[in-house]
Amino acid sequence: MQWDQIADVLSWIFISGGAFFALTGTLGIIRFPDVFTRMHGAGMVDTMGIGLILVGLMFQSPDAITVIKLGLILVFIFFTSPTTCYALARASLAAGFMPMKPRQIEIMTTQHKDVVVEKKAAKKKSKDKETKSSKT
Amino acid sequence: MMFAAAALAVLIALGLAMVRACIGPTVFDRILAINTAGTLTVVLISVYGFLTERPEFLDIALLYALINFIGTIAVTKYVSYEGLGYPVGDHDDGDV
Repeated sequence: MQWDQIADVLSWIFISGGAFFALTGTLGIIRFPDVFTRMHGAGMVDTMGIGLILVGLMFQSPDAITVIKLGLILVFIFFTSPTTCYALARASLAAGFMPMKPRQIEIMTTQHKDVVVEKKAAKKKSKDKETKSSKT
Repeated sequence: MMFAAAALAVLIALGLAMVRACIGPTVFDRILAINTAGTLTVVLISVYGFLTERPEFLDIALLYALINFIGTIAVTKYVSYEGLGYPVGDHDDGDV
């Protein structure tokens, strides 16, 4: 096996892994319930997503200076991402937002389940009505 | 092909982050989403440089990472202290 083919396979593996982490991280930013949990998704994107994609690009670099530049971006993002998250968490705590307690999360999830069950029941009712009205 | 796939994935992730930036209930959600979008833009610029076989784009990506960090910290400080100047009077919390 030539070195080019090995580099291509490694690049594919790293880039698909990075794409997976970037997509799931942003999905987490949309789906999580409050700021402090959304930071987990943002941290996933900043470390695993970005890191794996940049490492995958490193295998395709034509010369050494490109690898060094990619490494610089990587190191810089690895240092700034926790700093930003810390500043943001501190600012939102100072603004009066508190992290959710386990009890709150439990209430939220059960409420969500109740809402889903109610929606299903409502759909069934409306369907029954439709069938009844069509019969009559 | 590989770079096009990476660019597509990063673009989709960017769109999802912008959705949170639009609907975010608090200002901190928006700052978080915009920070993520900026970080994804850094990768998008790098991938675009490789896609067009011009790796000089990495300089722009490095600069964008610097500006993104400074911008996020500045907006966070502006939101929490209602200004960007030095702390005054009894407002001795200092920097962010």
